[in-house]
Amino acid sequence: MSTTTAPAPNEQATRGTRFTSWAANYVDERTSMSGLVKELGRKIFPDHWSFMLGEVALYSFVVILLSGSFLTFFFQASMAEVEYDGSYVPLKGLEMSAAMQSTLNISFDLRGGLLIRQIHHWAALLFVASIGLHMLRVFFTGAFRKPREVNWLVGFLLFVLAMAEGFTGYSLPDDLLSGNGLRIIDGMVKGVPFFGTWISYLLFGGEFPGTQIVGRLYTLHILLLPAILVALLGVHMLLLIVNKHTQFAGPGRTNDNVVGSPIMPVFAAKAGGFFFIVFGVIALVAATVTINPIWAYGPYDPSPVSAGTQPDWYIGFADGALRLIPPGWELMLGPYTLSLNILVPILVLLVFLAVVAVYPFVEAWITNDKREHHIADRPRNAPTRTAIGAAGVTFYAGLWSAASSDLIATHFKLSIESVTHVIQAVTILGPIVAFFVTKRICLALQKKDREIALHGFESGRIVRLPGGEYIEVHEQLSEYERWRLVSFEEYHPVMVRPDARGRITQRAKLRASLSSWFFEDRIAPVTQKELESSSHGHH
Amino acid sequence: MTDPAPTTNPRDRSDTSQRMAKSASSPRTSRSARRTRTGRRSPLASVALLVIGLMATGGAYAAFTSAASAEDNGSANIADADAKNGEKLFQANCATCHGTNGEGTNQAPTLLGVGAASVDFQVGTGRMPMAVQGPQAERKPPQFTDAQVKDLAAYVASLAPGPEIPADEYLTGKGDVTEGAELFRINCAMCHNVSGAGGALTEGKFAPSLKGVSAAHIYEAMLTGPQNMPVFNDQNISPEDKANVIAYLTYLDDHASPGGLDLGDLGPVSEGLFVWIFALGSIVAITVWLTAKSN
Repeated sequence: MSTTTAPAPNEQATRGTRFTSWAANYVDERTSMSGLVKELGRKIFPDHWSFMLGEVALYSFVVILLSGSFLTFFFQASMAEVEYDGSYVPLKGLEMSAAMQSTLNISFDLRGGLLIRQIHHWAALLFVASIGLHMLRVFFTGAFRKPREVNWLVGFLLFVLAMAEGFTGYSLPDDLLSGNGLRIIDGMVKGVPFFGTWISYLLFGGEFPGTQIVGRLYTLHILLLPAILVALLGVHMLLLIVNKHTQFAGPGRTNDNVVGSPIMPVFAAKAGGFFFIVFGVIALVAATVTINPIWAYGPYDPSPVSAGTQPDWYIGFADGALRLIPPGWELMLGPYTLSLNILVPILVLLVFLAVVAVYPFVEAWITNDKREHHIADRPRNAPTRTAIGAAGVTFYAGLWSAASSDLIATHFKLSIESVTHVIQAVTILGPIVAFFVTKRICLALQKKDREIALHGFESGRIVRLPGGEYIEVHEQLSEYERWRLVSFEEYHPVMVRPDARGRITQRAKLRASLSSWFFEDRIAPVTQKELESSSHGHH
Repeated sequence: MTDPAPTTNPRDRSDTSQRMAKSASSPRTSRSARRTRTGRRSPLASVALLVIGLMATGGAYAAFTSAASAEDNGSANIADADAKNGEKLFQANCATCHGTNGEGTNQAPTLLGVGAASVDFQVGTGRMPMAVQGPQAERKPPQFTDAQVKDLAAYVASLAPGPEIPADEYLTGKGDVTEGAELFRINCAMCHNVSGAGGALTEGKFAPSLKGVSAAHIYEAMLTGPQNMPVFNDQNISPEDKANVIAYLTYLDDHASPGGLDLGDLGPVSEGLFVWIFALGSIVAITVWLTAKSN
């Protein structure tokens, strides 16, 4: 760091500087860290708000680790029966598990405990939400293309792990809500043919709810899942460094460079500040807004189920999928019941997640594009991909909103049946509509860009010519502004060509048809020639 | 666009100077003043007339409806109730649907045997008389004073025996809160939600929120099972336990959530919306601000 500052006029180094250089030297001689620091310190981060979403996820994860460690000191992952004797009056004297009791004690009898609990839970919700938004950013800007497909996959695993972490955490307090959630999981597991009941007994150590599950989930929640998560997070960051960050097209920005601030010192300072902003927002929310009031839900008891029992938002799409299945989807195969009402949603969810995971590889195969891409696409410049994304978002939103069908019904004074039917229709037809609408919007935006790049924008200045004609003066964009509009790549559908042995395989035909579906409607970027001829024509 | 200079026609000079004096502050008023002179109405005149008309109608409606709804909420005692007066009120307000003797019609059920408790609940919470046929009668400001409700209740109770208005000893809001909470979770929460925030039923029906409902009405609802609610008679939940449930609901009304804002006590859905809209929303706004180019 000190190398960048100008040499001080007085050569006499202060005591502090001498100590710093001695310490730096000491560490470097023993670890050879200077190479790493030099390498890392020069890593460049481009500036764009959407590039900070992954940071939000990272920082909320740090908050989760900090607050979670605090909670482990006081939480007892045991289902042993105890009598509650804490401060919360409406539960006093009630039999409950030690897990529930210790969570109540954290909330009411531990200084700052409720705040930390709420910080932990709010940060968890924010963690998954920011991962979701980060994934959408990466998807819609095509930042998953070569060489980043693997990192997309790692990120996807992080997303799934985050959901698993969330769900295991949600189930730990052993309150009514978490028990109901586990009961649904138990039901889904038991719906699996042949193995379901076995798996359920294995999971719960006997008949649901048993006395084992909280301890087991605790091990997953604080040991196994976080360990995998941190390891994958390391891989994710490492690949980010290896692959370098994507950037949006702009003057001076090419596929071979990255324009932005270096980690040392600019980005590190910024990121450090941003961490505290994220922490601050979480703390503010946690200090003012209740989350998961376990005292209202009471201890778990398999008989009651509260109205408005929902999972946390990130599991909502699974809950919604279960709610959307029409009644009576069951088959009797001799003495066995095949619960299609459970199996179909499970399959739909697995297929949906699998499509998200492998999408980069599918797109790479369809486009047959083997080049590296470091310039992020503007979503409009990849209309088919953006349309696929919009369809996926609509599908997810359909499932997601179905999880709150009861609240939609009560709060908008509708009948729950009609809400369910409308959401069923939206979930199936919505993605198709969203696909076509989004694709047309993208193409229209591209056309507008092309028009502006070639003919400038309407200035609002009306000029009357000597002949009496009125024209509106179009003003040309500056070189800088135009760059954004014209610099994107044009793809063409892959042609069907015979391979080395002179044959046209089914594979090639499939790829050609998918590729033409991807690229047959397209707006070509403005070429240099067009630009020159248009500027000559007008002025 | 420039405003044309005020006319200085010598024919109406005095008129103009007056106008100028009045509207020295802004040219706009001078323009509208000129319009008046030319006999043309301002384009906003019809809008203004419409607004005045709507306000007058709406204001009058609000005034009349609030006059019609009960004003005194002081509790009247059933012992002092006048069944004769109740009969008059019944004939005027209830008989159309429930029949002149409360025997019921194909519009509405019989009231024989529903007892004073039903009447006190249905009329006292404003559910009866119904404003409109719908999936279920909705709570609204009661149409009758408490004394009138008790008169009606006494009349209906005189037709046939039925559940009575609960004794005051069960309505104090004091009792075993833990027991009440446990009973509430087991018997009530599946429809009314653990915090009494309400929930959805089938075909547009719903279990209403229990926040701010009076002890007597909670007791009567358990006793008589209004709308879609099941009856919890005294064998099912004893009067003491009903008092405990009331004690729990009173506790919830008196104690705000220890964690801060309760987001309507709706559980993870409102938490999820909150985190997306407010937490992530504000963080995204901050990222946009942090990376904004200075102008």
